[in-house]
Amino acid sequence: MKTLVWVEHDNQSVKDATLSTVTAAAKLGDVHLLVAGKGVSGVAEAAAKIEGVGKVHVADDAAYEHFLAENVAPLIVQLMGDHDAVLFPATTTGKNVAPRVAAALDVMQISDILSVEGADTFTRPIYAGNAIATVQTSDKKLVLTVRGTAFDKAATTGGSGTVEAVAAAGDTGLSTFAGAEIAASERPELTSAKIIVSGGRALGSSEQFHALIDPLADKLGAAVGASRAAVDAGYAPNDYQVGQTGKIVAPMVYVAVGISGAIQHLAGMKDSKTIVAINKDEDAPIFQVADIGLVGDLFTLVPELTEKL
Amino acid sequence: MKVLVPVKRVLDYNVKPRVKADGTGVDLANVKMSMNPFDEIAIEEAVRLKEKGAATEIVVVTIGVAKAETDVLLTARAMGADRGILIQTDETVEPLAVAKLLAKVAEEEQPGLIILGKQAIDDDSNQTGQMLAALLGWAQGTFASKVEIAGDRVHVTREIDGGLETVDLKLPAIVTTDLRLNEPRYATLPNIMKAKTKPVAKKTVADYGVDITPRLTTLKVVEPAKRQAGIKVGSVDELVEKLKGMGVA
Repeated sequence: MKTLVWVEHDNQSVKDATLSTVTAAAKLGDVHLLVAGKGVSGVAEAAAKIEGVGKVHVADDAAYEHFLAENVAPLIVQLMGDHDAVLFPATTTGKNVAPRVAAALDVMQISDILSVEGADTFTRPIYAGNAIATVQTSDKKLVLTVRGTAFDKAATTGGSGTVEAVAAAGDTGLSTFAGAEIAASERPELTSAKIIVSGGRALGSSEQFHALIDPLADKLGAAVGASRAAVDAGYAPNDYQVGQTGKIVAPMVYVAVGISGAIQHLAGMKDSKTIVAINKDEDAPIFQVADIGLVGDLFTLVPELTEKL
Repeated sequence: MKVLVPVKRVLDYNVKPRVKADGTGVDLANVKMSMNPFDEIAIEEAVRLKEKGAATEIVVVTIGVAKAETDVLLTARAMGADRGILIQTDETVEPLAVAKLLAKVAEEEQPGLIILGKQAIDDDSNQTGQMLAALLGWAQGTFASKVEIAGDRVHVTREIDGGLETVDLKLPAIVTTDLRLNEPRYATLPNIMKAKTKPVAKKTVADYGVDITPRLTTLKVVEPAKRQAGIKVGSVDELVEKLKGMGVA
């Protein structure tokens, strides 16, 4: 099988979500990549070094700079004449583009795969991860999105893919990029961080969230996350949200501070290697999944922990 | 401008899903079914557009069993939708087939904007809106946290991985809702009573001539592996020791 993997990047560097998608694609067959963007020769070169990569298709055009689905989907559809499967990381870009490609190919997409069980069979979470379905497709071509935390990351070295330019499919003129507010942070990215410190509603305010969570995260070299309750209460920005409707993470260590452990939140972090929970309510559901629990007042425990680390 | 809002009847979000012992799916017998929460946000946004004068009529459409009429179409009309369409079927309809049916509805209704929930909380596919946009050849603003109509364009602020992004779309367009777009109003009892007088057109899949044969077969459904509860430590010092033992800090 010939697979095509959408390379997640910011026109500067390859994002880690690409690497787990490459691993999933390699289970199906030959791995080709698509780098679509503007000024992406550096990205394409880096992508070609990813372990196991055959060909890297590069579409370098202003129409692809912001990965607008209206422009990117026709390009992928064109390349699918010569590929059997297309795999996207289940990032907001992948989730936005993949179904537009699938519908154009008249294929029923399989979202958020957790494993490859065969050439046409995959597992995926349903009901916010409360159930895992094994599904088999009868479609001739595959359109898949891949949950990053479910697959190992392919090595970023050792590959010797050939880079090949593809002609741009043009600008549909349906949509234009008008701006972005991307939070600048020195901290690691949530979805690829080895350690995450997350805060919940118990922190009580935005000021306390940052006063307690940020220093602990900095001490651990960790990314900062938040529960939906904390985000909804305005204590932390939207893109901090870990959970079924936010980001799915699986770090080495996940520290949940003042998070009760709603199903919604657990669905986003329960695959973490080690879960540490600090909560004053010893019956909080978070303790049912935590490897290490500490019961007590977070306003005294967290500063003490930051101090002693 | 007419706004079309497709909605789905799903297991109520407060009900914990139970996997059937025979592994064929999640048990939906005798449990509360409601409108998909993201779809409530879609209805609310349409109603707000109408209140602002940007929308003139709100049409709500659902595809599913007969009970969807009372479980979701009534709620949608009580929230402010003007009329409903029920495409009745007892079959499983996958997102691709849903998108094909909705494309036919859109051809008939000619809406200026279609607002959908970004995903349904049962199958978590997150596909229908994007597929519908592809089939209609329209622009798409997915995972919206803000929607502003400006003449023949719509500005959509989207929740993306690193933060927020704004796109400027040509109308007609598709918008899919994220959680923070708005807080849906409740369907009050007087409004539910009044909503009963708002019309619902009853259709079948055959009326639209769409093949809804599923492409996917669900081989089995299981509960996810459970995590075992670990230990509790008595002090910060003990926790620090454990973290150091793992090579952290």
